[in-house]
Amino acid sequence: MDLSYSAEEQAFRDEVHDWLKQRLPKRLSAKVRKAQRLTKADYDEWHTLLGTRGWMAWHWPVEHGGTGWTPVEKHIFEEEMIAAGAPRIIPFGVNMLGPVLIRYGTEKQKAHYLPRILSGADWWAQGYSEPGAGSDLASLRTRAVRDGEHYIVNGQKTWTTMAHFANRMFCLVRTDPNAPKRQQGISFLLIDMDSPGIEVRPIITLEGEHDVNEVFLTDVHVPVENLVGAENDGWTVAKYLLNYERTGIAGVAASKQALAGLKRIAATERKDGRALAEDPYFAARMARLEIDLMAMEIFNLRLIAAAGMGKSPGAESSLLKIKGTQVRQEATDLLRRAVGPYAAPDLPEAFDEGWNGQAPGPDYALALARGYFNMRKASIYGGSNEIQRNIVAKHLLGF
Amino acid sequence: MDFNLSEERRMLTDTAERFIRERYPIEKRHDFAASELGFSRAMWRDFAGLGLIGALMPPEVDGYGGTGEDIMLVFEALGRGLVVEPFLASGILGASPLIDTGDAQTLGQVMAGERLLALAHGEPDGRYALSHVRTRATQGAEGWRITGAKSVVFNGGSADTLIVSARIAGDADAEDGLALFRVDPHQQGVARRGYATIDGGMAAEITMGGAIGEPVGTPGEAYPMIERAIGRGILAVCAEALGAMEVAKDLTLDYLKTRVQFGQPIGANQVLQHRMVDLLIEIEQARSCIMLAASTLDAERTTRERNLSAAKHLVGRVGRLVAEEAIQMHGGVAMTWELALPHYAKRIVMIDHLFGDTDHHLERFIRFSREAG
Repeated sequence: MDLSYSAEEQAFRDEVHDWLKQRLPKRLSAKVRKAQRLTKADYDEWHTLLGTRGWMAWHWPVEHGGTGWTPVEKHIFEEEMIAAGAPRIIPFGVNMLGPVLIRYGTEKQKAHYLPRILSGADWWAQGYSEPGAGSDLASLRTRAVRDGEHYIVNGQKTWTTMAHFANRMFCLVRTDPNAPKRQQGISFLLIDMDSPGIEVRPIITLEGEHDVNEVFLTDVHVPVENLVGAENDGWTVAKYLLNYERTGIAGVAASKQALAGLKRIAATERKDGRALAEDPYFAARMARLEIDLMAMEIFNLRLIAAAGMGKSPGAESSLLKIKGTQVRQEATDLLRRAVGPYAAPDLPEAFDEGWNGQAPGPDYALALARGYFNMRKASIYGGSNEIQRNIVAKHLLGF
Repeated sequence: MDFNLSEERRMLTDTAERFIRERYPIEKRHDFAASELGFSRAMWRDFAGLGLIGALMPPEVDGYGGTGEDIMLVFEALGRGLVVEPFLASGILGASPLIDTGDAQTLGQVMAGERLLALAHGEPDGRYALSHVRTRATQGAEGWRITGAKSVVFNGGSADTLIVSARIAGDADAEDGLALFRVDPHQQGVARRGYATIDGGMAAEITMGGAIGEPVGTPGEAYPMIERAIGRGILAVCAEALGAMEVAKDLTLDYLKTRVQFGQPIGANQVLQHRMVDLLIEIEQARSCIMLAASTLDAERTTRERNLSAAKHLVGRVGRLVAEEAIQMHGGVAMTWELALPHYAKRIVMIDHLFGDTDHHLERFIRFSREAG
C-alpha cells in the first residue's frame, strides 16, 4: 500500500499542468471561473484542442485513439483540468457512445462515428429519459416501427442535455411492444437531429437556465444501418453505457475545486468582526465537508483501482455516486450560506461573456444560489440516489 | 499510488484473522474480560508467538513491522474479534516512547509477551488535552521522584512497568517542560485502583507520592513523544473500530435476511435496505480515511496529525451511526447481553472516548489545516 503519487504520476501531472497553462485559452478559463454561459463554439474550441493533443478519449483503448491512461492518471487529469478552469468535456459522445460503439458497433459505424467524436465534428445528445420513464427507464414508450430500410420513430424524450447544440442523438426506442419483458423490446438507434420531424424545446430549470430540453419525434425516418447491437437488444447496450467507465462519477475534482472556492470566500466574508472562516460553527461545517472529501478521494481511487484498467467498478460506482453527490451538494449549500444576504441578488445577464456591470455585493456571490439550486439535480440524475441504493442493496448486499 | 497489500502483510492479516476467528469466540472473550486480570495471559502469549505484538514494532528495535499499515492491519483484525488483550496499552501506548528512544531490550520482553506496559498520561481534569499534566517530577540526590494522579490508565492495574508523564517545568498546560519516566508500579509510592470499563476492558486510577522514576528520553522535552504515542494509539483504535464496524454490519445484514416479521424477512423492506447501504458507504469512507492516516503516520507533523484527526473524527461520526443503526435494526434482541452485536456496538461507541472524541478532533483538524495553510 502506498497512497502517495509515484514519480511517473507526478511527472504526468506536471505535463498536464504545463500543457493546460500554455494551451487552455484564457478567455475560456475566465468564463468558467465566473460561471458564465459557455456557447457551443466555446465547447467546440476546447474539444478540438484536446482532440489535437490526443487527450479527448480517456476511456477508449489506444487502438481507437484513446489515451490508455491508468485510473490514477485519469484522476490527475481531471483534477488539473478543473483546477485550471477548463470547460468540462461534454460526455455524451466521447464517454458514453464511444465505448458502446467500440463494443457493439458495426465496423462501418466505428469507422464513421469514432473519428467524428474525437475531432468534435459530431455533438451527441442522450435520448434516454421520457416523461413517463425516469428512474423506471424500461417503461419507455417512444416507438420505432420498421418500414423497409428505415425505422419510423414517434415519441418524446426529455431532460436531453445540450440537445440544442447536438447534431446527433443516441436514442432508446421500443421496437417490440409485445415482448414478454419490458426490457426485451427496446433498441438502440443513432438519429440525425436534422431529420424531418424532430423538434427541440427548451426546459428552463429552476435557477433560470437552459441546459436541458424536450425532444419530440414525429414520423422520424432513421436508416436501419443506424441500429447499434441487435434489434430488441438495446437494453443490453443501454446498461453497458450506463455501467461503463465511471471514473468521474464521484466528482472528486469538482468538489475539491468547490471547497477551495469556499475557503477563499470564507476567508473574505466577515462575521462578528472576524473572517467567516474563523467562526467556529462555520469552520466546523467546512472541516466536516473537507474530511468527507479526503475520505472520498481515497475511496474513489480504491474502487477504480480495484476494478482494474479500463473496467467499470460495477455496482460499487453507485456507492461513489451517492457519496459524491452528497458531498457536492453540501459544498454548494455552504457556498450559498457563506455570502449571507448577497446570495439573493440574481442578475442573469452577469453570466454572459463580456458583462462588465456591477454586482450588488461581491462578484463571487452572484453564482452561488444558482449553483446550489442547480446542483439539486445531482442526486436525481444518472439514476436517483434512491435507485443507486436499490442497486447496492441487490448487487452488493444480496437483498 | 498502490492500494494493494504486500504478500507479507496479506499473510499477517490472514494469520491474525484466522487465529481470532478460530480461537477467540465471543464467549471466551467475555470470560477473559470478566477475569480479575481482564484478559488471558495464555492468549497474550499465543498472540506474541504469532508475532502480532512484534508486528507493531519497527526493525530498529528488533520488531518486524511498526508502520502505519502494520498497525492498521493488526488492529482491524483485533477489532473483528473484540480482543481484550492489552495490544493498545502494551504494544502501542507504552511501547511508543521506548520505540522512539530505541529501548530494544525492554521491547524484546514486550514482544515476547513477558512484560506488560501502560502509559499513565491522562489526568482527572485534563479531558483530552495532550499537554495537560499537573503531576510533578523533581530531581533529588537519589534520582527522580514523581507525585500526582493519573486517570483512566488502560491496563494500568496489571502493567509491570508504567510509562508516566510528569512536569518538570512550566504551567499545567504547557507543551514544554514535560518528561516521561519508567515507573515500577510495585513500589511503595504508587497506589493503583483498578476497575472494568463498559466495553470489556480494564483501567486504573493511579496516584503517586514521591515514586521513583527513570527518565525515558530527555526530561523537559517529552511532548513530541507523547504526541507520537497518542498518534499511534489513534490509528490503532480507528482500525479497531473499523474491524468492529465490519462485524456489526455483517451481523446486521445477516439478521435482516433471516428475521421474519409480517410473513417476510425484515430486510425485504426498502427502508431497511437503504439504511444498510448508507452504513456500507460510511464504513468505506471511514476505511479510506484510516488508510490515509496510516499512510502518513511517519510523515512530517502537520500532515500526520491532520490526517490522524480527520480519521478519528470520521470514525467517531461513522461509529456512532453504525452502532446505533445496528442496534435499532436488530430491535429488542440487541438490548440483551447474550447477543454479540451489542458488545461490538459498545466498543465502537466507547472508542470515541479514547484520545479525543469526534468534536475534539474536528477542532484539531481545523487547527492543523490552518497550519498547513
